[in-house]
Amino acid sequence: MHRILELLENNSNLTPEDIAVMIDKTPEEVREAISQYEKEGVIVGKKTIINWQKADKDLVTAFIEVKCTPQYGRGFDQIAERFYQYEQVKSVYLMSGAYDLALIVEGNSLTEVASFVSGKLAPMDTVISTCTHFVLKKYKDNGVMLETPPKDERQVMAF
Amino acid sequence: MKFSPKKQINSVVANLPPSGIRKLFDIASGMDGVISLGIGEPDFITPWHIRNAGIMSLEKGRTQYTSNAGLVELKQEVANYMKRRFDLSYEPNNQVLITVGGSEAIDLAIRAIVEPGDEVLIPIPCFVCYDPITRLAGGVPVLLETKAEDNFKLTPELLKKNVTDKTKALILPFPNNPTGAIMDRKDLEAIAEVLRDTNIMIISDEIYAELTYTDERHVSIAEIDGMYDRTVVINGFSKAYAMTGWRLGFACGHPDVIGPMIKIHQYAIMCAPTTSQYAAIEALRFGDKDIEDMKTEYNYRRKLIVNGFNKMGLDCFEPMGAFYCFPSIKRTGLSSEEFCEKLLLEEKIALVPGVAFGRSGEGHLRVSYAYSVDHIKKALEGVKRFISKYI
Ligand SMILES: Cc1ncc(COP(=O)(O)O)c(C=O)c1O
Repeated sequence: MHRILELLENNSNLTPEDIAVMIDKTPEEVREAISQYEKEGVIVGKKTIINWQKADKDLVTAFIEVKCTPQYGRGFDQIAERFYQYEQVKSVYLMSGAYDLALIVEGNSLTEVASFVSGKLAPMDTVISTCTHFVLKKYKDNGVMLETPPKDERQVMAF
Repeated sequence: MKFSPKKQINSVVANLPPSGIRKLFDIASGMDGVISLGIGEPDFITPWHIRNAGIMSLEKGRTQYTSNAGLVELKQEVANYMKRRFDLSYEPNNQVLITVGGSEAIDLAIRAIVEPGDEVLIPIPCFVCYDPITRLAGGVPVLLETKAEDNFKLTPELLKKNVTDKTKALILPFPNNPTGAIMDRKDLEAIAEVLRDTNIMIISDEIYAELTYTDERHVSIAEIDGMYDRTVVINGFSKAYAMTGWRLGFACGHPDVIGPMIKIHQYAIMCAPTTSQYAAIEALRFGDKDIEDMKTEYNYRRKLIVNGFNKMGLDCFEPMGAFYCFPSIKRTGLSSEEFCEKLLLEEKIALVPGVAFGRSGEGHLRVSYAYSVDHIKKALEGVKRFISKYI
């Protein structure tokens, strides 16, 4: 039934009725499956993808590498939780390689993000070091091309 | 005496009918915000790795003619592909010809085979090129009207009834544009049975071979006992790999047919576009997954659209191939042209009237689902609103 997830991931406008037709199930079965996914936390929400660069709002995005000390018995889970509770922190990933956690932080200005990092994140006692990279331009986000959204350039009618 | 170029035009050309969708096309082109389900080409753009192979070939300066029949590597890849997908063996050297789209391959096959007075059997409704190309070769198109109650398949009875001692070739356009009909192995066996003791050639337009939605893969009539030598298989990159603009296709068949086709091709075209040939090598080597992904997506849309038409009361048999459905509008009492014109003016939705694909397409619409699901849903709503006035 991963087909339901794939369909919804690509297009959250689909109704259970649409999906039912597309995968040869009844709308009830689809509704049932979706609510099961929601209960299990497989489906965790839906959002609209916005290119803020085009709206009148200048958002600043930073990608932050964090090195930190794992805690006995809990690894990085608790420290990650301390990070992701912050509203400004949009994503938190545990990484392999040169650092431990990767954070994506959003703010209204460079100074806002910088002071958040230096004031809130860096001082945490398990944090060894941080390295902040500011995003200059977004080309593609969540699988969506922001700069050149596909346009239908076919004719209106042809054999 | 006043010189009149018009009078100098070959009368066969002068008498070819104009495009059956010219009028609708003109109306639609002059309108803003038209929602079209009227296009016979994929909405996907060519997968990036294939486009990139074309670009790389340009960077390396591969900008010259290739040999007439096409790049050796590409012909080899086509042979591999035909073996891999359809279990058909062709010698890349003399049984494969790379053409400018399936379109050119159709033209070459007809011109290589048909002489003035020869009859060519053409199942209709069908893609619009076979009839005029036959006429240009001096041949006589004999139209075989397939029926909704047969799911628009060509039946052996219909075929047999139209075979005469003048019959030179049969066009086999399946999976079919506009109906979405396919011919499975059993259907083809029955056709082969009729042809076996004749000298009739088969031009099998299998451009939609990769887009079938049955458990069984597409079967080519060339695979059926006794049909290999008489069949020219026509295929291409336009539909399977979303490569319409690259203008690349191919023909496979007996060396004694491909050879003469190459003769015409070398005089008329020289060779297919070089950049496209390099891109096509990449497509055939690494594109199977792209086909699968696009097909999965088409299949979702197919189900949605067929269900949509049936639910609103326009009966639509289940099309198992290509990316079209062909709902019946008989209940509305409108002709397919009236329907499409009114629909365009009242709801700004562009569909192609079935009659544009041959008279037996009357009473139907050709609806393409090479569009996003949201687009299809919006169009379906409009059609539903429209027909509520008539049924
Ligand atoms: C049935 C059929 N054959 C052939 C073609 C020609 O395709 P191309 O010349 O792009 O390969 C088309 C295009 O719409 C078609 O529908």
